[in-house]
Amino acid sequence: MEPHYQHLYDILAHAQGYIFPNEIDLQWGILIVVYPFITGLVAGAFILASLERVFKVKILKPTYQIALLTALSFLLVATMPLISHLSQPQRAYEIMITPHSSSAMAIFGFVYLWYLAVVLLLEIWFDYRHSMVVWSNEKKGIMRYVYKVLTLGVSDITPRTLKWDRKLGYIITVVGIPSAFILHGYVGFIFGSLKANPWWSSPLIPIIFLFSAMVSGIALVMLVYMIVSFIRKKSIDLNVLDSIGKYLFFVLILDFTLESLDQIHRIYEAEESFEIIKLLVSGKLYLTLFVAQGLIGTIIPLITLVFLQFYKHKIRLQKTMYFVVSILVLIGVYSMRWNVVIGGQLFSKSFSGFTSFKVGLIGLDGTLMAIFWLLLPIGILTFLLWLLPPWKMVKEEE
Amino acid sequence: MKFYIPPQIPRLALAFAIFISLFLLARHFLVPDTFGEFGHYRGAALTDNAKPEIHYSGQQACFKCHQNIEDKKSQDVHSDIHCETCHGPGQKHVISSKVEDILKPSGREFCGSCHLINAGKLKSTINQIDLNKHNVGKNCIECHNPHQPWEMKK
Amino acid sequence: MSQSTSTMGNEKINTSRRKFLKTAVTLAGATIGYTWLKSTQVLLFAAEPKDESQPWYGIIIDIQKCIGCGNCAKACKNENDVPREPFFFRTWVEQYTVKNDGTVNIVSPNGGIDGFTQAVPDEEIFKSYFVPKMCNHCSKSPCTQVCPVGATFETPDGVVLIDEKYCIGCRYCVQACPYGCRFIHPVKKVANKCTLCYHRLKKDLAPACMETCPTGARMYGNLRDRNSDFVKYLKEHTTQVLRPHLNTGSKLYYNALSGEVR
Repeated sequence: MEPHYQHLYDILAHAQGYIFPNEIDLQWGILIVVYPFITGLVAGAFILASLERVFKVKILKPTYQIALLTALSFLLVATMPLISHLSQPQRAYEIMITPHSSSAMAIFGFVYLWYLAVVLLLEIWFDYRHSMVVWSNEKKGIMRYVYKVLTLGVSDITPRTLKWDRKLGYIITVVGIPSAFILHGYVGFIFGSLKANPWWSSPLIPIIFLFSAMVSGIALVMLVYMIVSFIRKKSIDLNVLDSIGKYLFFVLILDFTLESLDQIHRIYEAEESFEIIKLLVSGKLYLTLFVAQGLIGTIIPLITLVFLQFYKHKIRLQKTMYFVVSILVLIGVYSMRWNVVIGGQLFSKSFSGFTSFKVGLIGLDGTLMAIFWLLLPIGILTFLLWLLPPWKMVKEEE
Repeated sequence: MKFYIPPQIPRLALAFAIFISLFLLARHFLVPDTFGEFGHYRGAALTDNAKPEIHYSGQQACFKCHQNIEDKKSQDVHSDIHCETCHGPGQKHVISSKVEDILKPSGREFCGSCHLINAGKLKSTINQIDLNKHNVGKNCIECHNPHQPWEMKK
Repeated sequence: MSQSTSTMGNEKINTSRRKFLKTAVTLAGATIGYTWLKSTQVLLFAAEPKDESQPWYGIIIDIQKCIGCGNCAKACKNENDVPREPFFFRTWVEQYTVKNDGTVNIVSPNGGIDGFTQAVPDEEIFKSYFVPKMCNHCSKSPCTQVCPVGATFETPDGVVLIDEKYCIGCRYCVQACPYGCRFIHPVKKVANKCTLCYHRLKKDLAPACMETCPTGARMYGNLRDRNSDFVKYLKEHTTQVLRPHLNTGSKLYYNALSGEVR
């Protein structure tokens, strides 16, 4: 028997109640859990960077470039989980040439390109151009040409032109904030607009996705800042951590409120899908929802963040706690993606049964592939931090 | 008075213009020819979907050769059942006329697929029997002519 | 700084650069203009033409006539290229058994292809019936709405089809169908579903499932032909569609559909 069918027979043996025959296999697997997680990190990291630029939150300045480069690293990988999950990946270009205007998924190609080219790349370019021009003059060999190409030949570093770098960068950042919302919000809309699935269909889903994205992005920047500082043997500024921690706390509270509202509304209205969803949440999703997303990802970080606002004694302990909090939050947001994507497919549309989900290890849509797509951005970030080191940038006179 | 354009803008505009032109050019070659003829889909897909070979011929094709069966069947309770319901897809046999290209089903389980008693079947729609009680061991067609079921053979 | 020489040099370079830019922009503009024409052609034809000369297919299933023999599901797999494994069905039959204690038991062993054996004893049964399921060929099809590339569509004669050469396998349509009638073909690796045997309709032959139904529980017809038996049936019977609150424009009308059915 073909291995694919063996896997299905296994699932059939574990199916509970009645499922429509075609529902035996989950359509969207771990890669579709990874994709919104990645774009969420991008959107969240970018929003944090924008806080510094647009809202002039000076304390976050050391994290500005790190946040942008982190966002870029993850954005470059963002398409890959989608393409590797398609069963006809070689036809993926069709989304760009004949996008169906009524499909939320179709705008992906253009939103992605817009965000990559017009927002992220331009903002980084405007910010780094001065330094890249200087580096193209200082470096020897091939790096000289690399930086020259990166400057697109605009080597003018007179104060007038530099002022325009800052002005245009500011405009791009302002444009970038709603663009980041759309980049990640449309993913929530893909789920939220499916009337066939009551676990997904809700106007709140895009908002919930956005807020958990911001939570994950902020936590990621905090984590990257700590790790990069540690590797460079530079001291971690606790004020920066406290400041990021405050933003993390507020956004996490908002996120938690929205998620709770969604559930309370569902429990109160108790419409036709409620019985099966109740079974889903108390059964198959218990660990990932209440323990991973709720307790580990939300409650414990919230309590710790409040504690850290008052506890100011052992600095080492505070930094360790921030480190742990950022990891817990990331686990929580990943679980949230899991609960939405996988949870929505575990129960049958007949509302009378469940299928089961066995994650494959190998293959284009397996766990190893997912781990690879999650680790690749780290490699890219390392490369980018080497190519465009924030700490070696030319100091601008304000 | 000369209007000042910062040097970044024309360079960036050029970069974007090149990229967009390349994209539109690629698109021109990649969009299938019949796309958009009837709606947001490839018009040729309609003919693609009409291409597959048929497997069931419909009973008029059977009656061309098997006139006697048509006469028998039309007089009894199986009159509304089309030949291929029991005999399986007949197109291969219509073309080849070979006996091995069509099914000749028999056996209690086969007739039971319709006639086995089940609370979900309306008695007014179909006569039902309990296979464990009704003439156990005998093949149904020993007594019932499948084309004229009430013309008992014995 | 050698201002004058560099200015002179710049001017010279600027003239040839200006010429190059002019040519480049003209070429680019022409390319954009030409390809833009093609793209608007695609967009303009996005609205469906309402061709009255074509039929508009609908389906009727009479629950009272279905005996759960499974011939329809078997014939469908014979006629269309669907694997025999019990996981992929273009059409299938379910049996609902409402017990005296109010619980509902639903089964569909191998899609009903091998028939059904009664698992619940007669004394416990309140009522029981069979429900064949298939693509509803919705007129406001949610699967068509969400396809990102235009690989699934409603034909001018009302059949929802899949373009197997264009489908990218994103599975959005499978998620969007409230009736569970779509699947990904394990060999072709594209979306697949009931096509109302479009290749047979075009030859004036009935879909395979309707050809082989022994009781005539499944019917198809032209909704535009008000004088047909098909439309007369709709007039004379109380028919319902599945999931009416989802407003899919389903054209599969069930006669005697009981409230337990999803």
